Amino acid sequence: MKDISVKHLLGTEHLSKKDIELIFEWASHFKEIINRPIKKVPTLRDITIANIFFENSTRTKLSFELAEKRLSADVVNFSAGASSVKKGETLIDTVNNILAMKVDIIVMRHPEPGAALFLSKNVDSRVINAGDGTHEHPTQALLDSFSLLERFESLKGKRIAIVGDIKHSRVALSNIHCLKTLGAEVQVCGPSTLIPKYIDTLGVSVSHDLEETMRWADGLNMLRIQLERQEQSNLPSLRDYTLKYQLNRDLMDKVGKDLVVMHPGPINRGVEITSELADSDSSIILDQVENGVAIRMAVIFLLAQQLNRN
Amino acid sequence: MRPVTILDSKQLDLTLNRLAFQLVERYLDFDGTAIIGLQRTGAFLSEALVDKVRGIRKDCKVEHGLLDVTFYRDDFGRRDKPLAAASTELDFPIEQKRIILVDDVLYTGRTIRAALDALVSLGRPASVELLVLIDRRFSRQLPIEPSYTGQMVDSIATQHVQVEWDEKGFQKAVLFEKVDKG
Repeated sequence: MKDISVKHLLGTEHLSKKDIELIFEWASHFKEIINRPIKKVPTLRDITIANIFFENSTRTKLSFELAEKRLSADVVNFSAGASSVKKGETLIDTVNNILAMKVDIIVMRHPEPGAALFLSKNVDSRVINAGDGTHEHPTQALLDSFSLLERFESLKGKRIAIVGDIKHSRVALSNIHCLKTLGAEVQVCGPSTLIPKYIDTLGVSVSHDLEETMRWADGLNMLRIQLERQEQSNLPSLRDYTLKYQLNRDLMDKVGKDLVVMHPGPINRGVEITSELADSDSSIILDQVENGVAIRMAVIFLLAQQLNRN
Repeated sequence: MRPVTILDSKQLDLTLNRLAFQLVERYLDFDGTAIIGLQRTGAFLSEALVDKVRGIRKDCKVEHGLLDVTFYRDDFGRRDKPLAAASTELDFPIEQKRIILVDDVLYTGRTIRAALDALVSLGRPASVELLVLIDRRFSRQLPIEPSYTGQMVDSIATQHVQVEWDEKGFQKAVLFEKVDKG
């Protein structure tokens, strides 16, 4: 058995295929455990983890906390509103205070892109990026690919489309890196105002037509329209977006293909996807949630195991 | 030291037969009883043992499962090498079952302690017995003793007992001088 090659999980960009496969292998073991009557193992009873969330999150925080508790780690939580936090001294001060309590691993969400990297260079603990602004959200991408692999035997040559607000999405960027490393073809689809100009340098194709994308794809990852991150110019009309980019039954029937449907949540039902499709057999949204705990257990386990040998 | 063969393949087969007969004598038709092999090496032994039991009692209902104890070990922070896990395969409830845990070599007893933890996290068995092929006696660090033993050997800490097998079955059990592979 091998070690993961990175000291921190800051993004999927620098994860090798072997690293991703190692995480998936351990996640499979943990998925079996979380489906037992007693979902807890005593493995990490000597490890302390701090979840520091400088930005609101319900499901990611809950998922990390469950993962940590199911591995029997000690968990401390810290939350701060974005408005009270400035990158730099304040972040380091906060974290150093937490580190003084002998924390081994920090799980951090922060509104600034690069905050996780900055932290990893300034603290002794291992850092897991739980979302840094519009940059990366690696565990989400890992659980997305892991969920796809439960439907497809391999992602090599599979065509996966990421639809919606690519510009403001950390999920999109992490997904692109992860999927491409695993051999998938990736297309992004959305209005031109929500797709960054540099995106083709990442080796993905671009479409502005959802129907055309659906004809091309084997799977769709429908991103949430992040209403809180929109500027007027990016999305002048939610109704216009819904008309052009909403995944619904009519469109699915028109394309006539059995596409796997994903969504990182929380869903704006009736905006990017209809309830009918979100709850259909094509949807693996709840699998994503379940796999999220297993993937996070695997990442924490691998970093903790490495920590003990360094 | 040169490797010393503790049991060759013929002796191994005889030993397995004896152990299987001991189990049949104790459990008869194996109603409410399960044989659980510890991953990974105990798993192969348990499969061979279940085959023998079913050969002796063709109508017996012995259930067979595999248990991985990786996450229950007490040396997570003390190992030099990364852990490797195997799957736990139990497609029956262990609640109120009579369990026979099977492992190839019993040494310090720590793996069996982890196995007992792993087992009770899955339910509350009526009883648990331990069957081992090789008992390295006088090496115990915990008060754990087998209920059924294939062969007892006296060995020191720098030695290592290995049970070898191939796709046809068990080949031999050998005592080696332990070499640190770094």
